[in-house]
Amino acid sequence: MFLSADVRRRPAFREGVLNMAPMAVGIGAWGLMTGVAMVKSGMSVIEAMAMTLLVYAGSSQLAAIPLLVAGAPAWVVLATGFCVNLRFVVFSLHLRPYLMHMPRWRRMLHGYLTADLSYATFTTRYPRPPADLAEQREQEAYLTGGYCTTWCAWMGMSTVGIALANFIPQAWGLGFAGVLSLVGILCSMATTRLRILSALIAGATAVAAYALPLKLNIVTGIGVAVLLCFWLEKQFVRDAIKADL
Amino acid sequence: MKGETDLWSLAVIVGLAGMSVLTRCFFFILDRPWGLPEWAHRALHYAPIAALAAVIVPEIVMTQGHLVSTWQDARIFGALAGAAYYFWRRGVLGTMLVGMAVYLPLHLGLGW
Repeated sequence: MFLSADVRRRPAFREGVLNMAPMAVGIGAWGLMTGVAMVKSGMSVIEAMAMTLLVYAGSSQLAAIPLLVAGAPAWVVLATGFCVNLRFVVFSLHLRPYLMHMPRWRRMLHGYLTADLSYATFTTRYPRPPADLAEQREQEAYLTGGYCTTWCAWMGMSTVGIALANFIPQAWGLGFAGVLSLVGILCSMATTRLRILSALIAGATAVAAYALPLKLNIVTGIGVAVLLCFWLEKQFVRDAIKADL
Repeated sequence: MKGETDLWSLAVIVGLAGMSVLTRCFFFILDRPWGLPEWAHRALHYAPIAALAAVIVPEIVMTQGHLVSTWQDARIFGALAGAAYYFWRRGVLGTMLVGMAVYLPLHLGLGW
């Protein structure tokens, strides 16, 4: 969308670009390490570039790497990617009233390019959906400006990481940086006791069921953890919504 | 898949891009408003963290299909240091840097 001159000319576009700029350093560094981690885990440069350009979601990229390298079946990789991305489903419900006035292709392009930080800054800046045409145009430009910065920082630094990775020996084990980044994301999601329990159950199940073929231990871990947490929630939490949100 | 490009991997990558589009646009792909059943809403709370844990825990504590039998494994200390940093200061980038700062000397220096 930032290729459209009409959107770029609106003043809110510039505001969106500038407001996101301080966060670009962090996004760039995270992109750099994701680039290095992809190549050092055994992906080819073409695969790593395709993943960066198309998937454009750090956590699901990093989670898919060990599965791809182990040759897991496509549906296991995709199901894992879907589960890791489920937080976006919640964001999309929130963004719906902001985007529904647009044609489908346009709102889907905005949706695809809006990652965590763009979503957070946009909905903080505009707590209410647009009420008239002027607001619609302003909000669209602000959202586009924000994810323009994010996209450029992520793509630029991921590419640098992929290029640099070729000069780093495999034995250094830099691919582990990808796992460590996921440790950080996992910790950021551990906001309630049941979620922590969900992580512990899923991790333990995935280890115990490791011998299953086709990397099915991952799907098994997710299934067991979600079902057990449902059951525990029903048994012990009276008002689940209040306890969680 | 060891540094070589194959079409199957590229197809899976395109599929993953589809997952990005599907999840990020989930509620505004269709024109009419709709909601999820209650159980699906609850699953949204537990599935993402479960998926991450199921992927990374075996990557940290297993070697060639077996649970590590020694505590001298750089990955365990790196992950613990990273998690400790996260709960101290927050920030995914710092978690990764601190974890690597513990992992690399143990892995390269001591060969763990």
